[in-house]
Amino acid sequence: MTREDLHLMTGAANTRPVPRPLGVMAKGEAGSISRIDVCDHSASLPAAEIERRLIELGFVEGSTVQILHEGLFGRDPIAVRINGTTVALRRREAMAILVA
Amino acid sequence: MTLQDLALTKANRFAIVGAPNCGKTALFNALTGSRQKVGNYSGVTVERKFGVARTPSGVALEIVDLPGTYSLRARSPDEEVTRDVVLGQRPGEPLPDMLIVVADATSLRSALRLVIELRKVGRPLVLVLNMIDIARHRGIEIDVDALSRALHVPVVTATAVRKGGMDALWAKLDEILAAGIPAATPNRWTAPGVLELRQGHKEADALMAAAVKQPTKPHTTTSRIDAVLLHPVAGLVILLGLLFVMFQAVFSWAAPAMDLISAGFDWLGAALHQALPPGLLESFIQDGIISGVGSVLVFLPQILILFLFILLLEDLGYMARAAFLMDRIMGGAGLHGRAFIPLLSSFACAIPGIMAARVIDNRRDRLTTILVAPLMTCSARIPVYTLIISAFIPQREIWGVLNLQGLVMFALYAAGIVAALGVSFLAKFMFWRKQPSPPFMLELPDYKMPRPRSVLIGLWTRAQIFLKRAGTTIFGMMVLIWVLATFPRPPAGATEPGIFYSFAAMIGRFIEPVLAPIGFNWQISIALVPGMAAREVAVAALGTVYAIQGGGENTQVIGPILAHSWSLGTALSLLVWYIFAPQCASTLAVIRRETGGWTWMWVTFGYMLALAYLGSLITYQVAVLLGAG
Repeated sequence: MTREDLHLMTGAANTRPVPRPLGVMAKGEAGSISRIDVCDHSASLPAAEIERRLIELGFVEGSTVQILHEGLFGRDPIAVRINGTTVALRRREAMAILVA
Repeated sequence: MTLQDLALTKANRFAIVGAPNCGKTALFNALTGSRQKVGNYSGVTVERKFGVARTPSGVALEIVDLPGTYSLRARSPDEEVTRDVVLGQRPGEPLPDMLIVVADATSLRSALRLVIELRKVGRPLVLVLNMIDIARHRGIEIDVDALSRALHVPVVTATAVRKGGMDALWAKLDEILAAGIPAATPNRWTAPGVLELRQGHKEADALMAAAVKQPTKPHTTTSRIDAVLLHPVAGLVILLGLLFVMFQAVFSWAAPAMDLISAGFDWLGAALHQALPPGLLESFIQDGIISGVGSVLVFLPQILILFLFILLLEDLGYMARAAFLMDRIMGGAGLHGRAFIPLLSSFACAIPGIMAARVIDNRRDRLTTILVAPLMTCSARIPVYTLIISAFIPQREIWGVLNLQGLVMFALYAAGIVAALGVSFLAKFMFWRKQPSPPFMLELPDYKMPRPRSVLIGLWTRAQIFLKRAGTTIFGMMVLIWVLATFPRPPAGATEPGIFYSFAAMIGRFIEPVLAPIGFNWQISIALVPGMAAREVAVAALGTVYAIQGGGENTQVIGPILAHSWSLGTALSLLVWYIFAPQCASTLAVIRRETGGWTWMWVTFGYMLALAYLGSLITYQVAVLLGAG
């Protein structure tokens, strides 16, 4: 495997980074929301309802989001800065927020 | 003009709508002053805050403060009330003539989205940018005229908590009233879907861009405080420290006031004892009313101190942070982070705790919280614990620092907490196995200095609610229990105390065989019947049954008699009984009301009774085996 292949695979050469779920990001990391995609069908609420709630809290495409704080156990829940407000949520729900 | 007069005349009705933490209540207080009344919406237990405002030109306005909401898409019983009143769908609640929408000027975006949504309802609106002083201080510049033109809604700025901060709003209200409140347009509101919500965001962002200039340097006080208070380790340590101070305060600061109240009731009882001829009337007033209601009123100082802390922390913006810190810990037991506040309140009394569970929007989480709240050691258990511990547990030092009596007290508290966590964990498997845990999403508001005035009004409201309950539900319960403990009257020439011949004694003797395996004699069985009114009443009842002259709650007198007539096994068994037993009719009544039916009341009653019996049975039987029966 050449060095170039590796770059292609990891996307490191790509100028636009691949979106990652907010739920896996570390404290201090920031990015712009590229999409909301609720695919957790085991949740207690319908996917559309979770999406509505996320939007109501300010998680819309194009907004900048940053993880400010995290809990002690399992680094969960997280507190994030979004649109000038601070919002607490669990990493499980944050998986639906894709950040690039 | 009184509140009643206004209800009859066709007054101008204004409803205050706004997001939580936007200073809505402060604005309501500033508008109505002391002319307000707190009640309940019919059929639900949501608080209805209603008041009368008088504009500078002398027009009276009826103002209703609706529960805080981010959107009309109601998710909790509180938010449903807001939606129904705004849409005129609440029976018996007139449609408001105009809506006063309150916005936190420091974070305008969510309020603008609410205004965009509310415009569809068709009611005339006025938008109040509250806390404008803080916004200006942070360098946020808002072009009020541009905002008003873009929204087609009158906009004013206000600082509800400052003198003169309401002038612009008063002037605007008079201006609107002089011109006549604009006519409403037909309601075009339907619950917004994902598309409408995104559209609302875009509109709000466009408005923000056009009318609001954000400071170049962001506000950092809140994030600097959060760096410490939300620190994974330091944050939890500080929270625990805060809880410790709170408990200390609840128990030590309240003591003098509680002593004063019980001394007052004792004095009143003694005075009436002198003034009235002995007989039924005297017994009814003294035993039924004065000691009955007094035994509940004595908790007022503790409840007020607890609420003082809760209101201060709430106004400061810390409560949402406590929920954040506790979410994972409580989540392990199947509880929601927000359940933390209700469960904390339950240490004073389960009744305000169960009512505080309303902040939890998910029904499953709310029911679990209500189910376990009565297991928190409420202050009514303290007299019972104190009596038995002081009579049976020797005052001995352990390892030189710990006190055995204190240790037993601590163990009783810990047992309650562990039981609550265990029961909610079991409930997760028994009732909600098919439902995965609901999401935890919550805005953490900026820190704000609590205003003494709004804290005081909040405290006064709590006191009123508690006093009203003591005067109605609890009073009724006391009368019933007095009847049970008094009738039928003892026969002529009776040698035993009156309660011996009463219905309470019949019930006590009836249940005695059932309670024998857990070490309870017939005297305890009888005392448990009036003990249903409130746990600590059992202490007075034991006094009556053991025929102590003067009765009352004089632990110094009852203690030695109990130590003489009970075995250690019986005493320990009774302590365990009081950790779990559903010995409080008022709590059960509140559970029925808050859950809207009998089912959850009986579930609570049943599981608590089962735990109490099982716990006491094991305690007593083990004690007998060890030779302490």
